[in-house]
Amino acid sequence: MFTPNPRHEEGLFYLLAAIGGLVSAVGVAAALYMEHFGHVVTGMNNQIVWGLPHVFAIFLIVAASGVLNVASMGSVFGRVLYKPRAPLSGLLGLAMMSGGLAVIMLDLGRADRAMVAATHVNLTSVFGWNMILYPVFYAFVAVYLWTMMERRMNPYSKVAGLATFIWRVVLTSGTGSIFAFLVARQAYGSALLAPMFIIMSFSWGLAVFIVVQATMYAWNGMSLPPLILKRLKNLLATFVAAVLYLTAVLHLVNAYFAKNIAFEFFILFDSEFAGAFWIGQVLIGSLLPLALLFHPATRTKALWVNIAALLVIIGAYFQLHVFIVGGQAFPLDIFPGYEVKSSFFDGAVDHYSASLPEILLAFGGLGIAFTMTTIGVRVLHFLPQDDLADLEAAGSITD
Amino acid sequence: MTAPQSPDSNPRRAFIAAAGAGVAGLGFTAIAPGLHLMAVGEANAATDARKAGTAASSKVRWGLLIDAGKCVPGCTKCIDACHTENGVTEKLPDPRQNSQWIRKIELVERRTGHVTQLPMMCQHCANPPCVDVCPTGASMKRADGIVLVDRHTCIGCRYCMMACPYKARSFVHTPLHEQNPEVPRGQGCVEACTLCVHRVDKGQQPACVESCPEGAMMFGDLNDPASPIAKRIASVPTTQVRADLRLDPGVRYQGI
Repeated sequence: MFTPNPRHEEGLFYLLAAIGGLVSAVGVAAALYMEHFGHVVTGMNNQIVWGLPHVFAIFLIVAASGVLNVASMGSVFGRVLYKPRAPLSGLLGLAMMSGGLAVIMLDLGRADRAMVAATHVNLTSVFGWNMILYPVFYAFVAVYLWTMMERRMNPYSKVAGLATFIWRVVLTSGTGSIFAFLVARQAYGSALLAPMFIIMSFSWGLAVFIVVQATMYAWNGMSLPPLILKRLKNLLATFVAAVLYLTAVLHLVNAYFAKNIAFEFFILFDSEFAGAFWIGQVLIGSLLPLALLFHPATRTKALWVNIAALLVIIGAYFQLHVFIVGGQAFPLDIFPGYEVKSSFFDGAVDHYSASLPEILLAFGGLGIAFTMTTIGVRVLHFLPQDDLADLEAAGSITD
Repeated sequence: MTAPQSPDSNPRRAFIAAAGAGVAGLGFTAIAPGLHLMAVGEANAATDARKAGTAASSKVRWGLLIDAGKCVPGCTKCIDACHTENGVTEKLPDPRQNSQWIRKIELVERRTGHVTQLPMMCQHCANPPCVDVCPTGASMKRADGIVLVDRHTCIGCRYCMMACPYKARSFVHTPLHEQNPEVPRGQGCVEACTLCVHRVDKGQQPACVESCPEGAMMFGDLNDPASPIAKRIASVPTTQVRADLRLDPGVRYQGI
């Protein structure tokens, strides 16, 4: 693993922070460009209304909630192994939520009306709920971090952790429900999406945590104790398998209904999304990581576990691309039983390719999350420090 | 017939609706029943203007009946009239980004090959998914059943476009110039057929209805059994598009 020379370590930190800041700034500039010229400069249109920025934003928001799983395991479920990891998990949660929300808000047709969004809440809208769920998430995590970092507040950390855990489960249900509550499109409108998004958040959040933790350990010339690595990789494998299972159930149920067969055939076999599904989501994002996490030759090696986590993250992007863009590319079935065509492209499969401003905005969200994390771990010293004697006493490393 | 589910029941939204569409608050119904009945009587006439300061009434349900059998292939008069009336004139390089408040759809029955033409626009549902999902309440249903977007509170999230089963809404992808003062539009906002609410409030017909040379479109109050549209719907078989969704659209079709 790469270990920087201590003399250059500070310079490298500033370089990373500068790169993160630059990517974030370019993302904001891209959003201003879109704001000035309109969404005509994007690849989005009146059929595919949500594109690459939404794929990135939803990944960040879902993973932000999921990464808190690590903290919850420590505070709520009393797992000693995860307690030293709780502060880092909280920081990552805040950083990724910030990146995701920034992209969502900057992509709005009227991003300047953020205050309208905050002051006019329609409670029948899942988006409206999210206007409450997301800001309160910040408050919960901030208080939770405080109870962990301030010694006098430590006794309240379990209560704060439980409240944060419940809130983030509700929050991710809300994110899944954005799609679950859509009656119009065949790709969505399933109650399964709410719990599925929760499991997705567990999987993606843990994968991000593993990668960030590995980077921090490498930076400090440390290596993760093997038994902790084993616990984390087993947990990740469980979540990856669960997401794969729910994906299979979602498609099988959908395909069972005659009215949805055409859509399922489209998304799974007969479109540009079929490759992204089978190769990106299933192979790269699920089967390959599972093989790496369980194969005797790779399952005990930190490098391979980290690669598996990276593959899970890449697979997540494929999954969201297929789900969000693919779901909109298939035409609405306004007149079942008829072939339709119109000047508005009724009945036609749409094609979407992201334009440069969209790509820059999407990566700007990653830049914000990256910069906040880099500065946060530097300033706050959130490197997980394991007390192996404590772990042994609690029976956490005896298996 | 239509339960008054409009956001107008919220005084704040009622204020916004009033600012946007020139109508007063719903409290009117409770405090001045006599005047209210008079207003309904006028509205039911369908050709009379709604007086300034009177509320849109939930006793009225404006709607359309479209006879697909009379819709002529190749004719775009309703589209032209709509887009002229509402100032929808921009032509973007990617036609998928252009606004289309109304469009002609050609339907071919899969087994028989029978071809039907019809104009499609916002169906002005009684239970509109776009209104349910709008995070700010900018998507709203007026008391008389007309579904509108408040230009001042739409943030351009496009969630309503994801929710609409009729692909009836468009997002304004570009800066706009030379708009019709009666029909404010705006870059970055979502828009759709307003049923020519500015004309209806003056006692006129929607532009598409007026322009159809075949008389294929009929406008009126669905709630008034004596109105021509209600009489026609009571006497001929008509169809609600995607009736399975139970949205109770205000637009009905004949001949499909």
